[in-house]
Amino acid sequence: MKMVIRIAALLLSVWIASSAHAAESHEFPKLDIGKGGQCVEDPQLMRRIHMDLIKHQRTETMRLGIRGGKYSLAECVECHASTKTNSVVGSNEAFCQGCHAYAAVKLDCFECHSTKRKQPLEAAKTAETGK
Amino acid sequence: MSSQKFSRNESVYFYALVAIGLLFALFGFLAMHAMEEHGHIITGMNNQVVWGTPHVFAIFMIVAASGVLNIGSIGTVFGKTSYKSRTPLAGLLAVSLLAGGLSVLMLDLGRPDRIIVAATHFNPTSVFAWNIFLYSGFFGFAAVYLWTIMQKHLNMWSKPAGLLMFAWRVILTSGTGFIFAFLAARQAYASALLPPLFIVLSFAWGMAVFLIAQASMFAWNCTAVDATMLKRMKNLLGTFVISSLYLVAAYHMTNLYFAKQTAFEMFFLRDGGVYPQVFWIGYVIIGSLLPMVLLYLPGFGGAKSVVAASVLVIMGSFAFLYSFIIGGQAFPLSIFPGYEVSSTFGDGQIAHYAPSVPEIFLGLGGLAVAYLIALVSNRVLNTFPHDAAVASKNDD
Amino acid sequence: MIQNQPDHRQAEGCNSPERRDFLTKTSIGIAGLAIAPGMMLYEVAQARPAGEPASNKVRWGMLIDSGKCETGCNDCVTACNTENGLSGGTLDTDSQWIRKVQLKDTLTGHVSSLPMMCQHCENPPCVDVCPTQASFKRADGIVLVDKHVCIGCRYCMMACPYKARSFVHEVLTDQKTEVPRGKGTVESCTLCVHRIDRDGKTTACAEACSKAGHNAILFGDLNDPQSDISKRIRAVATTQIRSDLDLNTGVRYEGI
Repeated sequence: MKMVIRIAALLLSVWIASSAHAAESHEFPKLDIGKGGQCVEDPQLMRRIHMDLIKHQRTETMRLGIRGGKYSLAECVECHASTKTNSVVGSNEAFCQGCHAYAAVKLDCFECHSTKRKQPLEAAKTAETGK
Repeated sequence: MSSQKFSRNESVYFYALVAIGLLFALFGFLAMHAMEEHGHIITGMNNQVVWGTPHVFAIFMIVAASGVLNIGSIGTVFGKTSYKSRTPLAGLLAVSLLAGGLSVLMLDLGRPDRIIVAATHFNPTSVFAWNIFLYSGFFGFAAVYLWTIMQKHLNMWSKPAGLLMFAWRVILTSGTGFIFAFLAARQAYASALLPPLFIVLSFAWGMAVFLIAQASMFAWNCTAVDATMLKRMKNLLGTFVISSLYLVAAYHMTNLYFAKQTAFEMFFLRDGGVYPQVFWIGYVIIGSLLPMVLLYLPGFGGAKSVVAASVLVIMGSFAFLYSFIIGGQAFPLSIFPGYEVSSTFGDGQIAHYAPSVPEIFLGLGGLAVAYLIALVSNRVLNTFPHDAAVASKNDD
Repeated sequence: MIQNQPDHRQAEGCNSPERRDFLTKTSIGIAGLAIAPGMMLYEVAQARPAGEPASNKVRWGMLIDSGKCETGCNDCVTACNTENGLSGGTLDTDSQWIRKVQLKDTLTGHVSSLPMMCQHCENPPCVDVCPTQASFKRADGIVLVDKHVCIGCRYCMMACPYKARSFVHEVLTDQKTEVPRGKGTVESCTLCVHRIDRDGKTTACAEACSKAGHNAILFGDLNDPQSDISKRIRAVATTQIRSDLDLNTGVRYEGI
């Protein structure tokens, strides 16, 4: 009986390991990076610590009134909102939502903050009116 | 039903009681989920009446939690041995009620997901922040207190623990009163009488909750509460109900004559429609005078009358809190004294409020949480108040 | 809060670094001049350079002349709604940052009207009672809600003597970039903080009132003795609403 349990456990762990390997090889989400271009920091760094940068600056802006900082959520949206929808959320291709859905991290910013570019891009404008 | 038949099916009945509790807890959970999903738009609360039915339930449970521990204090702090056997039950009821009350209070928040923020950002000038601290302390100290009571070799520590608990409890209930008393701008609340009023109310409500729990436990075990003990507790309940009524009267009188909040008092006591009705019929008649009749009128005052009186006191407490919390907000804030005012934001008008189904179920869900904790822990732990040993001692 | 756009700042010539530098230097000089014992000339109201915090040398405020405020005119309310992305609904559950109040003296029958909003108290009760310090007062006197830490307990709404605050009762979409607001948090007049930080000139309500030709709302720096608002409150009798509470409001009224 013990032998059966051990073999079952072994098989189970092999199966878990192999499926974990499958997840690793899984493709990253295809993100619509919007306008893109040069980010304020190295993209690899931004992927890791963008939340800390934004959070630090939000406190300074909110509490102390320091404006014009480098790490602004509005600027994230400005560059990365989809050129079609003007938004960083709305689908799993959208820049913010896509990656947060992939990483399974709750995206709380946009319950309050605008998800859209202040001035819609021309392309998006025509796309919207075309509908 | 015969006691034999009852004891044969005892555990079935117990699980049936648990199931009822779970059902209401589930309803509460669904209500909370709906409020979280849609926002407070699905409640009766609005920008004029910002605290509603959930707060009535929450404040009842928090105040009663503090009051029910009074029975423990009578035993350990004031040395009445006959109450000592009741301390474990009192402590458990206190912890359960506080847990239920706090769940309602937290789940009614606009952002209950951020409750951790309340612990990490502390504002020393806010009595609300102080209360968060007092509530968590209450849990901790109540646990220690129960431990010293229920563990024989720690009994010597029960007196200091009881003293600390007593002091903590008085401060905690005052804190609840201060939440309203500090609202200097509101005609209904800014009164120094509120903290003592809440303390006396807590005695009455806690005693009522305790008497009901005690009666159910004795009935469950097919015995009766010792007659002398019941009489003492009955008289205490009566005293607390009379004292609360006295302080409520004093609060309204000072408002009328000292603070010159005549317009508010006229609204609250006479003209305000549902609020004077709830206050006079619900709190004064059903919640205070009728219990008095049941406790003191010749021919009454037996075990059943005491339970009935306790139920009425609890109904009265809800009536009191409803009129106090919601009636107090419905009365328009006096921003421009000497002017008749009107605006799109309810200036000069009586605010509308009607409790909605989700908020009622949220409140009932909190009661269910308290009930479940009390039910299960009383079965697991030895909290039954044994009077036999005490009756022979007759210390007081 | 969202910062303004870099290109926006550059577009305004008055905010060029040279000019900023010059202003700072001269104002330091001016600030040092004591014109009377206990009285100083402070920095002239100007846009703060990027990267600099709000200063307590400035105290923003408004003076509202109820005599000039026209009964029936709602332009300040509409402008506020447009500026801050409010729906403009007037249900019990809708947010109203500014409202017109009609007053009738119960003895004389005299009728007047005035706009009512957050009074930006020096000693704000909402800040005192907030359990998480989400309600706070900025150095320049603007009272705000930090919605990142607001838990939605509504105690500030209970404490505010002016009913200036609203609770967001439902899910919001399409907020303004510069005015984030969301379900489950409390909000109120921000004194158009995003505009004030941009140019220090005026608020949406004051601008709309001037545009309508009433000029009932005067915005400015209460700490600058040379500002229009300071001159005015020295010259005429003005009142604070609920002055009995001793809150020293930043919004004052005349004509009531």
